[in-house]
Amino acid sequence: MALDDSSISSAERARRDFKRRKKNKSVGLAMLSTLAFAAFVWFGLLATPGWQRVETSFFNWEVAIEAFPRVFDGLLLNLRVLVAAAFLVLITGLLLAIFRTLKSPVFFPLRVLSRGYVDLFRGLPLIIVLYLVGFGIPGLRLEFLGRVPAEVLGTIALTLTYSAYVSEVFRAGIESVHSSQRLAARSLGLSYSKSMRLVVLPQAVRKVIPPLMNDFVALQKDVGLISVLGAVDAVRGAQIEAAKFANFTPYVVAGLLFVLLAIPTVRLADRISRKYSEREQMGSTL
Amino acid sequence: MINWDKPRLRVTGLKKHYGDRVVIDGVDLEVFPGQIVALIGASGSGKSTLLKCLNLIEEISDGQIFLDDEEISAPGVDEDEIRAKIGLVFQSFNLFSHLSIMDNITLALKHVKGMSKEEATKIAQKWLDRIGLGDRGDSYPDKVSGGQQQRSAIARAVAMDPKVLLLDEVTSALDPELVGEVLDLIRDLKKTGTTILMATHELAFAREVADWVIFLEQGKIYEANEAKEFFANPQQERTKAFLSRMAL
Repeated sequence: MALDDSSISSAERARRDFKRRKKNKSVGLAMLSTLAFAAFVWFGLLATPGWQRVETSFFNWEVAIEAFPRVFDGLLLNLRVLVAAAFLVLITGLLLAIFRTLKSPVFFPLRVLSRGYVDLFRGLPLIIVLYLVGFGIPGLRLEFLGRVPAEVLGTIALTLTYSAYVSEVFRAGIESVHSSQRLAARSLGLSYSKSMRLVVLPQAVRKVIPPLMNDFVALQKDVGLISVLGAVDAVRGAQIEAAKFANFTPYVVAGLLFVLLAIPTVRLADRISRKYSEREQMGSTL
Repeated sequence: MINWDKPRLRVTGLKKHYGDRVVIDGVDLEVFPGQIVALIGASGSGKSTLLKCLNLIEEISDGQIFLDDEEISAPGVDEDEIRAKIGLVFQSFNLFSHLSIMDNITLALKHVKGMSKEEATKIAQKWLDRIGLGDRGDSYPDKVSGGQQQRSAIARAVAMDPKVLLLDEVTSALDPELVGEVLDLIRDLKKTGTTILMATHELAFAREVADWVIFLEQGKIYEANEAKEFFANPQQERTKAFLSRMAL
């Protein structure tokens, strides 16, 4: 915007005036419609016959304050499980993806097994995996394991399910690296595994960061499901508090905490995706 | 410069087909140390496939390939080891997009030849200086021009000190004003005695730098001769037709 108003032609000035008027008009319209919508929801909600009761049992300020410490403590457990599961999922998912791309006949069983694994765990509802792992592993009565804490079992179940998803993401990334890159690596004398490690994987990982962030966001809220195994996380903590006060507000508190936790990750994911898609569009050859 | 004692690269009865489609139909050729051989022919005549077969990137369907005295098409040879001795440069450069130009050149030096980072960097820098990109080693491929990318790709191949360099239409993907700089680099390589087999559409360039020209049509060698003679006195009707189509 180096040009000041005096140097522009009257034609351009007319265009700018027109654009400005149009923009002002749309901003006004947006404000008006937002207000109308908010008023509609607000009064609509207040007008429902049960609103009074819903307000006291879901949005009770005193209960929220009382319940907060236990729910927040629980959230810290969720966070620990999240970090551990995310780490394990990345490793397992990548390994599964690599197994599936191995060509040598020696690896036939590995290839088939990982294929079967992905099919199984992509189809199995997470809640069922949680029950099977959470009650199945202790049921084996492996003495040397001692008593495995519920959060550990929950982490295992989450890892089992999410590894299947993440391995598909990695596999798509590996396959999206153009074959000419592989060809160039092989033509220089790099072996299959070195081409994979030094050329294909580094490029694949860059490509899959945005979809991986999506899976991370999903995992972030699914860690709340470990409560079904009895781990005292934010959800279970909320359940305990809800029972104590005979009031549902603690669930709302837990829900809000999960949302607050997710917002930075979602924003970060958006920004990273944008950055990477820009770079893709700038386009290296092929 | 050419050492006529024995061929560096020798191909006998090479065939390549994909299912029923014959792409290379019995090719015999020899390239001597220090010689520059140009492969010409229409698109789809099999030039690229032939080069890929010689680098063992494509599996051949029949025939034999010898590098010096070693049969590299023999069963059980270490293909990776052979490929490291035969440089191949692609039409579309194929630089590794996640690596700087310097790292593109040092990658195979380190991981195939087992050089230390210092050794590899020294060789790569020498080549970068020679191709006029001495100060661009840290740049990524998408930040330099097509001509610079292709020169880097050639440097990546020759830095491995290959016994023979295969060039697959290395100027075809370039804007016309960038072709010259790549051809200059090949002229420069000729001076230092690099053995080159190149597929090319640049007939004027082939006439200028090549010692021997091979005309490929439908997977067969249709005519081959010393470069000057080939262009001055084409023998076969098809060669004449091709040359006149290419307006030469």
